[in-house]
Amino acid sequence: MTEKPHTKKPSLSQLMLGLIFGIVFGFLLQKGGVGKYHILTGQLLLVDFTVVKIIGTAVLVGMIGIFTMHAMGRVKLHLKPTRVAANIVGGLIFGAGFGLSAYCPGTNLVALGQGNWDALAVTVGLIAGSWLFAEMSGTLQRGIGKWGDFGKKTLPELLHVPRGAFVVIFALVLVGALYAIGQFTIR
Amino acid sequence: MNRTLLAILILPTAALGAEVSGGTDPLNYSGPAWSPYLVGAGIGVLSWLTFAFSDQRLGASSGYATLAGYLGEIFAPRRMASLRYFKDNPPKIGWGTMLFFGIVIGAVLAAWTGGEMTNRYLPQMWEARFGADSGLLRTLVAVCGGALMAFGARLAGGCTSGHGISGTLQLSVSSWISAACFFIGGIATASLLYRL
Repeated sequence: MTEKPHTKKPSLSQLMLGLIFGIVFGFLLQKGGVGKYHILTGQLLLVDFTVVKIIGTAVLVGMIGIFTMHAMGRVKLHLKPTRVAANIVGGLIFGAGFGLSAYCPGTNLVALGQGNWDALAVTVGLIAGSWLFAEMSGTLQRGIGKWGDFGKKTLPELLHVPRGAFVVIFALVLVGALYAIGQFTIR
Repeated sequence: MNRTLLAILILPTAALGAEVSGGTDPLNYSGPAWSPYLVGAGIGVLSWLTFAFSDQRLGASSGYATLAGYLGEIFAPRRMASLRYFKDNPPKIGWGTMLFFGIVIGAVLAAWTGGEMTNRYLPQMWEARFGADSGLLRTLVAVCGGALMAFGARLAGGCTSGHGISGTLQLSVSSWISAACFFIGGIATASLLYRL
C-alpha cells in the first residue's frame, strides 16, 4: 500500500534518465492514441481495443526481456505486495474513477500534453484523492491493508510452476490472445 | 440497501447489451497515429531500460501524491506531518517525478509532430452524448473520477502503468488482481455513462 521511503538521494544523471524515459513513454502513449478520450472510453465500452493491444504487447515484450535479464542477474524485480482486499477494493474504486474520467493517471498527462483541457479537472481530482488517501492512510494500513496479505508473490510461485517454463507458456498464450483480439476487433 | 447494491451490479451488465451508435460510437473518431503493437513493443523495451539503467519501474500515480505533498507543505504543514502516508513517502523530486513531467513533454512533442493538438475542453464523444453546454457536468465527473482513481491507486498500490503494465509484466499476483479490477470497475462505469 505504501512504498518504502527512498532514502538514497537520486543522482543528477538518474534524474535526467527519469526525464528522458518519461519523454519516450509520453511520446509512445500519445502516438498510441491513449490520450484520446474516445479511445479510452471506447476500450471500457468494449468497442475499441487499442488499449488492450498496447498493454498486451507491452506485457509480452517486457516480460520476456525482464525475466531474461533477471535470470542473468542483471536486474532486480520490483513487485508490489499482494494484499487481496486492498488490491480488489482499491482496484474497483480506481476502475470507477477510470470510467468517469476516461484518462488514467498516466494517460491523463498525455491528454494534458495534447491539449485536452478537461485533463486539468482530472488532475485536480487526482491530487485531492491522493490527499484523501493520505488522511486515511493510518487507518487503512491497520485495517484493509492487512487482509489477505501474501507479501510479494508472482503467478509462477502461486501456481508452483518453474518461472522459466511459465514465462514461455504465458508468452505463447499472450501471442494467441493478441492474435485472436486482432482478428475479432475493428480497432 | 440490498436493492441499490443489486442495481449497481445489474445495470452495467444490462447496459453492456445496449448499442452505442452515431456520435457516441468511439469508432467514429480518429484512431491511434501508430500501430498499437508497435507502441506496446516500444513500451515493453522501455521497461527493460528503466529496470536495467535506473532500477525503477514505469508508473504515474505516485507523482500526483508527490504534488499533493508539496501543496500540503505549503498550506497545511502541521496536518501533513501527522499523516502516515507522507511520513513514509515525503514529497521529493526523484526519478518518478521526473518521469511524470517527462510524460507531458513527450505527449506535447508527439501531438505537435503528428498534428494532433486538440485545444478543447469537452471531448467530442462526450459532447455528442451530453451536449455542448455540459462543461460543468464534465468538470464534476472529471474531478470525482480523478479523486477515485488516486484513492484507489494508492490503496491497490499502483495505477494502469504501475500495476497494469509494469506489475503484470513481472507476473505479480497483486498487479493481475488489481488490473482485472481496474477494468471491471471501468467497464461498469463507462457502460452506465454511455449505454443507458
